[in-house]
Amino acid sequence: MKHELRVRVGSVGFRIGSDWKQPIDQLAALYKDYPTPDIPDFTVRLFAQRPWRRFIRPSVMIGGDYMLPDAAPLSLAHGLLAAEMGMNLQMALGQRRYLLLHASAVERDGKALLMTGDSGAGKSTLSALLGERGWRFMGDEFALIDLETGALHAFPRPVSLKNEAIALFEGAVEADRLGPIMRDTPKGDIRHLRPPKDAIARMGEPAKPALLLFPRFGYDPDVREVGEAEIFVRLTQASTNYVALGEAGFGALSDLVQNIPTRAIDYPDTESAVASVERLWAELAE
Amino acid sequence: MIALDGVALIFHRPSGLTHIVAPPAPQILEALGEGDADPAALLDRLKRDYDFDDSEDLEAALEARLTELETSGLVWRA
Repeated sequence: MKHELRVRVGSVGFRIGSDWKQPIDQLAALYKDYPTPDIPDFTVRLFAQRPWRRFIRPSVMIGGDYMLPDAAPLSLAHGLLAAEMGMNLQMALGQRRYLLLHASAVERDGKALLMTGDSGAGKSTLSALLGERGWRFMGDEFALIDLETGALHAFPRPVSLKNEAIALFEGAVEADRLGPIMRDTPKGDIRHLRPPKDAIARMGEPAKPALLLFPRFGYDPDVREVGEAEIFVRLTQASTNYVALGEAGFGALSDLVQNIPTRAIDYPDTESAVASVERLWAELAE
Repeated sequence: MIALDGVALIFHRPSGLTHIVAPPAPQILEALGEGDADPAALLDRLKRDYDFDDSEDLEAALEARLTELETSGLVWRA
């Protein structure tokens, strides 16, 4: 395609092609500390719906190795979001090397904290916040579980901060780590945050899953135990490739569920969440 | 078959489906794992391993559970 960027996140290589220069320039700035893959695993294409739509009311269609047939195009102003969505789509539909959980992850002392929950539960914000406070950020979107060893592999793409979460980081981190602000996207306002340099430099280091949390934002502080069967079902729902992996996925997921301490936590604000996380980590992480 | 708190997880190789089953299904499947059996022989195996209350109609209860397992594809009748 006319414009192209190659980038590696964790062990996964991407090639992103675009009809327009702007999204590629924005991606290059956001991913400036990331390495270039030798051979990309996945290709994402951002292309015009019709040839003239490159110029007149440009609208970005998302394509690639794996596509959703009826995905709606985005405006060019949201081209960076389109690229990120395209990369996520390749992972969600195409990744077969790992059990993929829709979860965020941070690491300390070689051990990983996994957080999963519905959109808006705060897993992304929490992982980014902990990443600024002594934890190694391993990813805000996908946790990759090794099918052989059960280890967690990092996928530390830039964090997609949404709505109120954006203000938590503006002024608190170096300005060049924040991408352009995109208003009124299908997910509200979005601004990307490049993870700390250390998180990118160490993205090849796996960690042992040591604590799993189901956070929920907007409730009075509470911590609840969760039964193993419920954890298993929730994680199958949080996995995009559990069914595709067959018995290998079943083995990896049941091992994880049987071995990892798990709690559901409710929190009214992020400071309360960080305090709960630190306390539970000290109590439970093995 | 993997035991979790109170239930069992089963990955069914022929279909690739994951089943979550509650007692007594895991116990019935375990007993069937010893080899094919008709309901009477299966009940004998279960009686060998578990204590049952005499007041229950065990034959009817086992038949109902077997029908459920058959519907889910985990048990076949020859």
